[in-house]
Amino acid sequence: MNWLALASIVSAAMAVSFGAIGPALGEGRAVAAAMDAIARQPESASTISRTLFVGLAMIETMAIYCLVIALLLLFANPLLKLTP
Amino acid sequence: MNSPLTSVTLFHVGPVPVTLPVVVTWAIMAALVLGGRVLTRNLSLVPSRTQAAFELVVDTVDSQIRDTMRVEPGPYRAFIGTLFTFIFVANWSWLVPGVEPPTAHLETDAALALLVFIAVIWFGIRAVGVKGYLATFAYPSPIMIPLNFLESLTRTFSLLVRLFGNVMSGVFVIGIILSLAGLLVPIPLMALDLLTGAVQAYIFAILAMVFIAGVVSDGRPVPATLAPSPSPRTLP
Repeated sequence: MNWLALASIVSAAMAVSFGAIGPALGEGRAVAAAMDAIARQPESASTISRTLFVGLAMIETMAIYCLVIALLLLFANPLLKLTP
Repeated sequence: MNSPLTSVTLFHVGPVPVTLPVVVTWAIMAALVLGGRVLTRNLSLVPSRTQAAFELVVDTVDSQIRDTMRVEPGPYRAFIGTLFTFIFVANWSWLVPGVEPPTAHLETDAALALLVFIAVIWFGIRAVGVKGYLATFAYPSPIMIPLNFLESLTRTFSLLVRLFGNVMSGVFVIGIILSLAGLLVPIPLMALDLLTGAVQAYIFAILAMVFIAGVVSDGRPVPATLAPSPSPRTLP
């Protein structure tokens, strides 16, 4: 194993672990705000939860991007093709 | 462990390699088309049990379109409904042993996202004309033209990566846990995957609606009759 592969594996793990922190905090805040809104106005629960789902998907995409970067590093690493 | 970015070639039709996701996709398409044909063969005004159940599905799609896009669902029902049904069935297709969901591969998701990209242009031009469609890029001000243009590309890409990432990670995690812990352990995760699959299909359809609505109804007043109904409804 060369240094490039080692660096790729470590940075893939770093990408996922640090990339999950931000979306996790963001989703927590979004869900808390939605719960608050539903508790205040239960009659608008369906609209709020629909918007919440879409918003959560948007936030979640950030973490998914990190996952895709990690997978690219692990399975389709462009750098490893340069060095035989 | 197989890379999630590549897919297995099953056989060749002439020079064209046919992979497992393609076969599953065609099987799902055939099942949906045949199912639709059989179910709509004897439609009656007084619905039978089956017809009522499937009318409920169509009705839910309609009300979602009405609530999200604030337009009459007629022109969009076919596209959005098919999109949702196909992704839903594809995400749950791993319930059949030996089948891997085609949405867990980049190509299927790329095709679906491309469909949405084209549909936004198509529905936009049909609703507001070529001029009106191009004018939506300058909304709310002409300074936004490069950003709006970039957004229309990146949101298609994020649609693709979102569906791929969610479904693929589910399959991947189950594979890892199965190899580490053994039989029957990943069952709770598989149940979670069913939920994720349904939610992702729903989100994909909702986002397609939002993108189309952004072009169709930019700057148009909302008719009073299409305001969201006050009756409490639950999410599907």
